[in-house]
Amino acid sequence: MELILVNLIDGLVTGLLLFMLSAGLTLIFSMMGVLNFAHASFYMLGAYFAYQISIALGFWVGLLIAPLIVGVLGAGVERYGLRRVHQYGHVPELIFTFGLALLIEELVQFVWGKNQMPYNIPEVLNFTAFSIAGNSIPAYKIFMIFISVAIFIGLLFVLTKTRVGMIIQAALSYPRTVESLGHNVPLIFMGVFGVGTALAGVAGVIAGPVLGTFPGMAFVLGSIVFVTIVIGGLGSLWGALVASLLIGWITTFAKSYNLAMSDVLNAIGISTPENLSDHALRDLWTVTSPQIADILPYVLMVLILIFRPAGLFGKRES
Amino acid sequence: MTLTLAPWILAAVALMIMPYIFTSNSALTIMNQMWITVIFALAYNMLLGQGGMLSFGHAVYAGVGGFACMHIMNASDFFASFPLPVLPVFGGLFGAGLAMIVGSFSTRSAGTVFAMISLGVGELIAASSVIIVAFFGGEEGISGDRTYAMPFFGNEFLQQINVYYLTSFWVLLSAALMYLWSRTPVGRMANAVRDNPERAEFLGYSARWVRFYSFVASGFFAGIAGGLFAINYEILTEENLNTTSSGIILLVTFLGGVGFFFGPIIGAIVFTLVQTVLSLQTELWAFYAGSLFLATVMFFPGGLAGLLMMHVPAFKLGKARLLVRPYIKTLLPAAIGILGLCALVEMTFHVRHAAQGDNEMTLFWTTFDSHTLMPWLIAIAVTVVGIGIAKRTSPALKEAWSEANSAGDVS
Repeated sequence: MELILVNLIDGLVTGLLLFMLSAGLTLIFSMMGVLNFAHASFYMLGAYFAYQISIALGFWVGLLIAPLIVGVLGAGVERYGLRRVHQYGHVPELIFTFGLALLIEELVQFVWGKNQMPYNIPEVLNFTAFSIAGNSIPAYKIFMIFISVAIFIGLLFVLTKTRVGMIIQAALSYPRTVESLGHNVPLIFMGVFGVGTALAGVAGVIAGPVLGTFPGMAFVLGSIVFVTIVIGGLGSLWGALVASLLIGWITTFAKSYNLAMSDVLNAIGISTPENLSDHALRDLWTVTSPQIADILPYVLMVLILIFRPAGLFGKRES
Repeated sequence: MTLTLAPWILAAVALMIMPYIFTSNSALTIMNQMWITVIFALAYNMLLGQGGMLSFGHAVYAGVGGFACMHIMNASDFFASFPLPVLPVFGGLFGAGLAMIVGSFSTRSAGTVFAMISLGVGELIAASSVIIVAFFGGEEGISGDRTYAMPFFGNEFLQQINVYYLTSFWVLLSAALMYLWSRTPVGRMANAVRDNPERAEFLGYSARWVRFYSFVASGFFAGIAGGLFAINYEILTEENLNTTSSGIILLVTFLGGVGFFFGPIIGAIVFTLVQTVLSLQTELWAFYAGSLFLATVMFFPGGLAGLLMMHVPAFKLGKARLLVRPYIKTLLPAAIGILGLCALVEMTFHVRHAAQGDNEMTLFWTTFDSHTLMPWLIAIAVTVVGIGIAKRTSPALKEAWSEANSAGDVS
């Protein structure tokens, strides 16, 4: 029972972190129709900038400034890169962000090298908040949960309750109408792209000390972010939240319970073959749930795309 | 007919005499890699360029084909009755088989959903390589020995040169078949479906089936590339399946140009050269390759092939010679300026990452101390002057360009 609770909290932390990344991406997608492949790269930049700032000015200044720098960079990318490519259509846009992701990884290696950076949890938060049956929950995890929830509520409020949100939502469906009403749609796009990447930056600042700040960190999360927003339904904030939590919990539970496939197969009445070592399907029999934990989200995504291409909460097909 | 056959005969002759020009073993290795990439890139372009489907997991089909070939190679009793040159066919069949399964649900639409499914399936299969050890061999992959095959006209494929001719034969055959495929009704309809699926449906063609056929055919040729990879390297690992490999083939194809059949061929040749030759010169080759790629997407969405084809009108008008002088005046200083910029990048990298006390570096055949001021001043001067001249002469180039491309009297 206690283990379930611990796993629930761990899954929540993983899921909310994923949400922070996918919230920015889903914002960008629903606004501009661009699946930004470089989104996780901005997350990585957030972590590296925050590390560099934290050396001189401490963690909290980094948390404030790093996402700002990332957001400005993102807006610049939109203004001088994406907008130019936009005229050629969506596929070149996607390819552009793909190339950008490669280039950012190379740039990060160029500046900071290939090793992991010693970016640590701030001293103030480096203690155990409480413990459940011998499993300690660090205060930093609680902090992560609070930040993510705050961002979700903030975004939801801005998008659904304010005038800015109304214009943004309208610009998504009827850019021409909004433009003729006197709003600067390209500027809105640039702003949204900046805010989306800044959110990725926040995720990087917060996740950097926990998941490690190294050149491959974007690659690790790069495709799982897509999986999240595809499962949730492209462009849906609620979908992104539900999908992130789902993925967080699925992977956490699969990792902590050592469930073997042979037990499952035995339970449904298939007996283990006698000489397993040279059986054609021996890998199927010996597979365990921690082994497949990381690919479960992909399985889920492919299934969702087959049976409900719009995703859990999505309204549009593509 | 003789006219359309000419490029193929030319290509065949070129493939034949290449080993006599570049005789070293490393050149053979590079060329083998090049031709394999050519087949793979052409297969990829069947989806992206001709069918409008952006795949982020196409390495999987080549990889699975390669793994299958490796298993056939190792199953000596079966393989003893087959000559090695037919082995890639099996790779192709396995690639096409997998494409059939995945295509049955992924080709419903060509847009974002297709791209995402391809990514998901790609990740899924790449991750399975660690789990399904019997087929993928886990982390160390599987290796084999190509010499177990029945000798082919007394040829046991012990040497690189034998493999070279095998690969050359397959690159020519695959390219020809893929070209013919693009001329068939299905290949033609793929273009129509890419441009306007609704209208194609209205004409009575099922967009989904057209995509499916293209997808399976592309999987087949990707599998052939995988089979050749297995023969050439005699080892396959998870690397042949993962997203990086899928990404590289996208890069190669787009760099060459997706709008033309021969685009991916140029892309594969240029990229392999960049990868092999440049990576020997500098650690930062991926940085340059990435910059080149991004510049291509932003400024020449037609890729290198598109860049070449832009000059056809000028040639047809007989005004191409008008471009020669402005080109030299602008592109030469631009190239020098870019080299200066590269020197700055390399020097910065050396200062940051070289071992302590190691101040000597060699760049463009000159050795100097990267911690002194002089080389920096020279590099900055070269960069500024080079790009400055290019900037000043570029209006003249633009003028010459529009002059060369306008019908009218040659002045």
